[in-house]
Amino acid sequence: MVDAGDTAWMLVATGLVLFMTPGLAFFYGGMVRAKNVLGMLMQNFFAMGLMAIVWVGIAFSLAFGNFGDGGLIGNLDFAWMRHVDQGVGPEAFALSIPFVLFCAYQMTFAVITPALITGATADRFKFKAYAVFIALWLVLVYAPVAHWVFGGGWLAKLGALDFAGGAVVHINAGAAALAVILVLGKRRGWPREGMHPHSLPLTLLGTGILWFGWFGFNAGSALAANGVAAQALMNTFLAASAGMVGWLLVEQVKEGTPTTLGAASGAVAGLVAITPCAGFVGGMSPIAIGFVAGVLCVLAIQLKFRFGYDDSLDVIGVHLVGGLAGALMLGLFADSAVNDVVTHEGLFLGGGLTLLWYQLVASVATLVFSLVVSFAIAKVIDKVMGLRVSPEDEDEGLDASQHAESAYSFGATGSMDRLG
Amino acid sequence: MKLVTAIIKPHKVDDVKEALKAAGLHGMTVDEVKGFGRQGGKTEIYRGAEYVVDLLPKVRVETVVPDELADQVADIMVAAARTGKIGDGKVWITTVDKVIRIRTGELGDDAV
Repeated sequence: MVDAGDTAWMLVATGLVLFMTPGLAFFYGGMVRAKNVLGMLMQNFFAMGLMAIVWVGIAFSLAFGNFGDGGLIGNLDFAWMRHVDQGVGPEAFALSIPFVLFCAYQMTFAVITPALITGATADRFKFKAYAVFIALWLVLVYAPVAHWVFGGGWLAKLGALDFAGGAVVHINAGAAALAVILVLGKRRGWPREGMHPHSLPLTLLGTGILWFGWFGFNAGSALAANGVAAQALMNTFLAASAGMVGWLLVEQVKEGTPTTLGAASGAVAGLVAITPCAGFVGGMSPIAIGFVAGVLCVLAIQLKFRFGYDDSLDVIGVHLVGGLAGALMLGLFADSAVNDVVTHEGLFLGGGLTLLWYQLVASVATLVFSLVVSFAIAKVIDKVMGLRVSPEDEDEGLDASQHAESAYSFGATGSMDRLG
Repeated sequence: MKLVTAIIKPHKVDDVKEALKAAGLHGMTVDEVKGFGRQGGKTEIYRGAEYVVDLLPKVRVETVVPDELADQVADIMVAAARTGKIGDGKVWITTVDKVIRIRTGELGDDAV
């Protein structure tokens, strides 16, 4: 039966998670150069356009059809909004909210996950190729992985835990980001030329929006207005705070200066890491999880300089590494007193290594699958229509070359008359 | 006539302007410019990547004055713009061949 309280909360949570995508747009947008900021904002906003349609068209059904089958992919039972109505949906889901709301809530995850990739591919992804990529990616990568974990597929059956998408969202998007930049190549002039952020205030604004929206992402993943949701909200808050403190401490020790970009990045690293754990841990654990993620990620973002891949805004360093850290730390901190879904407790709670092993399997499976299939999609698109903008367009910037606009007009000298 | 040019620290613009006004000067032109001298640059850090900002913001003040006033104007600028720290800037004087006031067509000292 539909529960009014649960439904009210999930209506709000859906809005909160959707708001994360514009938040992400500004988080990334502030970090790129001024000539590429509209290109970055557009790629994120466009995900709210295209992904929603692909989701209700087919991807939702591929993710959640055949719920609980322990398999690899769903079916077409819910494609084209079939059976997606105001009732609580099939019994296996055990929902207390309208099935159409469940579909909408999951849709906001399907919007932001491919958008996460844009931070790695900044300044050089051709817009039309990006649009084709995320449409294919949602169907061929996101939907299967979501089925494995959220749709009662093989990883769920195995016993791996992922409360709000450490594997489905962050490991998945981080691995895809790595695959795409292997095909795209580095930005012209990287790492020799200075490419520092053009507006850190935008980045901090985006971080605030992400933090705010993440309460819907994690606490909403309880799918009900209950104690687990409250615990998830508190855990989310604390992990972000500890992530910020951890990142800044490393900066203070290494460089002698805590930076605003570091504060923002550390908070996001903590949020990423708590995502799989949010409704499964309690007490002081979220502080440990967030802090470790903050410290790990600030060190991980230096790897790109050693290996020479241009992960422009550190999607791999923050989302892949943070997601892996969170998924594995769940194997240490999972607590059955917090959530009775936890059947094997974490190592630190005396549960042994079982859950940690399941978490490792889930993380590696997601990483490898996403890396391989995303690479294949990117390669095919590159052959068919070209993945990357021309060198001239890249130098001019995505704003002008892809969208025929400029972000900032300060009344500089020169004419700007209407042509007609 | 002489052109007196000063490159100064941005926060000293108002002091220079007020000092020149107090001395009875009728006009000056100001630009925001960038450059480097002995002060060198500054370092910025973004996610561990260090950037050297080698061109620092300065303000260029220019004014054209009759020959006999040039040294006095330069001294006023130096006094008003000085903080005593590195990066205070420079003042120099160059000779100007001809000046025309656009509105009236007046020439030379009458035009400045």
